[in-house]
Amino acid sequence: MDKMPKWADIVLIPVISLLLAAFFSSLVILAIGESPVEAFKLMVDGALMRSAGWGYTLYYATNFMFTGLAVAVAFHARLFNIGGEGQAMIAGLGVALVCLYIPWPHWSLAILGASVGAALFGALWALIPAYLQARRGSHIVITTIMFNFIAAALLNYVLVELLRPVGAMDPASAKFPAGTHLPTFQDMFSTESSKMFRGAPANVTFFLALAACVFVWLLIWRTRLGYEIRAFGQSETAAKYAGISPVRITVIAMLISGALAGMMAVNTTMGESERLILNATEGAGFIGIAVALMGRNHPLGVCVAAILFGFLYQGGAELALWTNIPRELIVVIQALVILFTGALDNMVREPIEKLFIAMRRRNA
Amino acid sequence: MEFLDIVQLLDTSIRLGTPLLFACLAGLFSERSGVVDIGLEGKMLIAAFFSAAAAFYTGNAWLGLLAGIAASMVLAVIHGLASITFRGNQLISGVAINFLAAGMTVLVAQSWFKQGGRTPPLTGNGRFGNVELPFAIGPTEAEAAGRPLSQMIGEAGPIQQLYSELISGHSILVYLGVLAVVATWWILFRTRFGLRLRAVGENPAAVDTAGVSVIQLRYAAVLICGVLCGLAGAYMATSLQAGFVKDMTAGRGFIALAALIFAKWRPVYAMWACLLFGFFQALETRPDLIEAVIGMKVQIQLLGALPYILTVVILAGFIGKAIPPKASAEPYIKER
Repeated sequence: MDKMPKWADIVLIPVISLLLAAFFSSLVILAIGESPVEAFKLMVDGALMRSAGWGYTLYYATNFMFTGLAVAVAFHARLFNIGGEGQAMIAGLGVALVCLYIPWPHWSLAILGASVGAALFGALWALIPAYLQARRGSHIVITTIMFNFIAAALLNYVLVELLRPVGAMDPASAKFPAGTHLPTFQDMFSTESSKMFRGAPANVTFFLALAACVFVWLLIWRTRLGYEIRAFGQSETAAKYAGISPVRITVIAMLISGALAGMMAVNTTMGESERLILNATEGAGFIGIAVALMGRNHPLGVCVAAILFGFLYQGGAELALWTNIPRELIVVIQALVILFTGALDNMVREPIEKLFIAMRRRNA
Repeated sequence: MEFLDIVQLLDTSIRLGTPLLFACLAGLFSERSGVVDIGLEGKMLIAAFFSAAAAFYTGNAWLGLLAGIAASMVLAVIHGLASITFRGNQLISGVAINFLAAGMTVLVAQSWFKQGGRTPPLTGNGRFGNVELPFAIGPTEAEAAGRPLSQMIGEAGPIQQLYSELISGHSILVYLGVLAVVATWWILFRTRFGLRLRAVGENPAAVDTAGVSVIQLRYAAVLICGVLCGLAGAYMATSLQAGFVKDMTAGRGFIALAALIFAKWRPVYAMWACLLFGFFQALETRPDLIEAVIGMKVQIQLLGALPYILTVVILAGFIGKAIPPKASAEPYIKER
């Protein structure tokens, strides 16, 4: 028998963890001499009260959906893919190569090509850690951390030495051709009389991210492979006994995870900067960890958590603009969310479990 | 390339290897007790900030060091709570600690100093001075002779060059680092506490059966880890550099982790691994030397990535095999 009803596990505990994170974040804001209420108002105003604010919120959310799904898929196989950052970086390279060297007639074809490039490069960057974990027993967390740093060095080298146009100073590739321009929300939703999402970077990739959520849901709960991934994650020995190959599942789960993390590059590199830049990922690979933890590794949860973090990101930028609170406040909030929903999960869970058991006893 | 160039390169390796060494030994204590710590980076960073801030306000590097150690230990206690008391995921806790430090340092620095997330530069006693050993040629001798120091060193014999550049003239924390290696070895392999610490990382149930508290041992290890990370961070801000700048540890906590694996969780090997990785960092600053020696240009990006690549190779088990303590990352549950 479950210790507590399902809704408590899915809704109550994340909400309590989130409230704890919010409480401590408010303490931090108070400690640096600002008002948490004012700060929250500013964030809501800047991120949600104008369509341009939503344009930024959803742009960030697109990144976090991809990286959150990446972490979630790996978590289902009990693998902790901390390398989303590096996978997305290398995937940016894939997007850039596809966009620069293939003459695309229309963006709809270009986005398919770029997605393949991103997913392929992202998956490849996850392949070596996956293989090493499956075959040689090297811990995937350590190897993916190392691969993040190797990816940064590799990208730095490629941009400075190979892709940088002659005579250009900053380490970035040439501008992508016009045929690869993705429609932004401004292009899509503005009418003659009113401009919507003015200047915001949200673009058609957002719908790709939503599709990815549906894809992951189908994969994990409606396919044989998904069943095998979950079975492997629950118990490796049981999975082995059922004829599931640990090597195969580890590699496949990590390839899917890497591909999902890589898809983020379509949004940043193709959708926003329209050229490959050095720091396109901006830590989104790590935010995926917080998003997956908060979303309880479920695509719907990931989607909601990604939008919440998109709001935090855009709201944080507004705070930095109008107050003395630097953008790093978001990093603190992110840390607290990871801490309470992930590492200190038992601290929140155990008292609630006890409460439910006590209540059940009284009713019985 | 001359002899003196090599000496100076090694000298820089020692300077850059010292923060790695402290962090590496910190990780060694924690991981030997079965608590994986990928939050070394965060603890170093927060120690760097608070040591610089305290040294700036008090004008005393030693007080700065204490503040840094205290800040690092606060994060260590959080890691202990998450991974020992509440039996959470140690890796996730480490990730959270890294972000907490990355965010808090800038937030507090901006609030206290309003200089875009840095502390004002430290001067005088706010920094650890360099120790001049007897008979070495240092700034004092140069002043007495009234000639530039570099000239005097250049004219000295090779033994004197080695002694004056490499052995003498470091911050006291560098010498403390070497002492810490010896102390770690002694504690781990020559004391009862060390035996129990190693046992609790391999088989906590056996330690528990013997009537020794697993929880106390692991907390002790995590706290020692906090102290050593504090030393690493304080060295960065008050000795290697003069003050704190945003994200100044720049992945050193992870290089230390790499060195720990490279050294296969053994203290003396850890020192050599950290010196090697410090040497790579020193080479990054002198690409001209590499070109002079091997006759071709080496990408500095490759040098920067070398510690990570080497660690992956070691982890893959193609050169030797790195086997972590058996109970790594597993919370201990006393009764089912």
